[in-house]
Amino acid sequence: MTLSTFKNVFFSALFLTISFVGYAQEASGDDNDSKFDAKEMIMHHVKDAHEFHIFDWNGKPVTISLPVILWTDQGLVTFMSSEFHHDDSGTQIVEKDGLRFVKYHEKVYQLDAGTQELVFDAEHHPTNATLPFDVSITRNVFMMWVSVIALLLIFISTAKVYKKSNDKVPTGIAGFIEPLIIFVRDDIARPMIGDKKYKKYMPYLLTIFFFIWINNIFGLIPFLNSANVSGNIAFTVTLAAFTLIITSVSGNKNYWKHIFWMPGVPVPMKIFLMPIEIIGMFVKPISLTIRLFANITAGHIIILSLMSLIFIFETFAIAPVSVGFSLFILIIEIVVTAIQAYIFTILSALYIGMATEEEH
Amino acid sequence: MTITGIAAIGAGIAVVGAGYGIGKIGGSAMDAMARQPEIQGKIQTSALILAAFVEAVALFGVVASIIS
Repeated sequence: MTLSTFKNVFFSALFLTISFVGYAQEASGDDNDSKFDAKEMIMHHVKDAHEFHIFDWNGKPVTISLPVILWTDQGLVTFMSSEFHHDDSGTQIVEKDGLRFVKYHEKVYQLDAGTQELVFDAEHHPTNATLPFDVSITRNVFMMWVSVIALLLIFISTAKVYKKSNDKVPTGIAGFIEPLIIFVRDDIARPMIGDKKYKKYMPYLLTIFFFIWINNIFGLIPFLNSANVSGNIAFTVTLAAFTLIITSVSGNKNYWKHIFWMPGVPVPMKIFLMPIEIIGMFVKPISLTIRLFANITAGHIIILSLMSLIFIFETFAIAPVSVGFSLFILIIEIVVTAIQAYIFTILSALYIGMATEEEH
Repeated sequence: MTITGIAAIGAGIAVVGAGYGIGKIGGSAMDAMARQPEIQGKIQTSALILAAFVEAVALFGVVASIIS
């Protein structure tokens, strides 16, 4: 990675996320007079939810309600999440097609027939309700669509620039995107996969690079950061599974031989190495998953914890400290958005490169 | 001590290990760059990748402590 390309990437990240104020609106979401619970607020922010929380107005949450889609034993049931009236304790019952639903800790439960309210056991698990198969448009799904639309707008207008100009000089948004694509090609794909084969994998590498990056950036922008997309383990595990599938499908004879029958070592060692190599095949995508998930989630948790300090100590005196520190962490997080997208992409390229390597 | 307290200490120990590892990588990368500035780009790339590997181990610890 040359310094100039690194500079390009860094400053692009900086300018895209220049507006990073306003985490505090999450922290002020403290309902009525109950004592402020930092852990609950943070976990509520980090987890997925059925409504897109924007801000609180006079103690009432202002949200975009999203559709709840459930597959029950009586078929498909759909309704808007606004029918729960922001209730998350399982008291508001929604009746649809003769079935009754409640929302408890962001999970939609189906009440058993004949019961009127949710009953809990000693460990606060509902005893008289079942979990239907939930394929709702949650806020993470909603936010992913937003980033997909943003990516489509950016890249379609980039493609148009090249269509129009005859001399292939990038103008407008293409001048911003071209160095990034060149960076992925020359600093990620070519050195890791090799000059002969890298072309086939460029679409995948570019897709994960920009998709992870834009989701990381949206995680720092106020109002958009109500959803924590790239800090969701389901999101990262899906991307890592794509890498595993592409690595396995494009793996040549040489790659599989190194896994199942390591050449150049004695037979007992071959047998000993086989399970280790098979475990290693799966540990790679798992580490990709955990790395992205934990980095982004940890960033969000640290910033929210620092902001919570004000509400825990209930004094203005702590505010400069906590605002200063969270600003410092936010600036680090801007770099982390780009670095994590880069690391995920370069490690995917490295694994693909290992799988397609010729015998030497 | 509760299980949460023990988990937090475990996460702390994991972070100490990762800090040592990343510190070594950073120090050696700086040394190498000072000796051979012409391959600075290559060293930076591999240092970042190695840091990511070390960091992953610490993150396993942190995630395990969050889950418990």
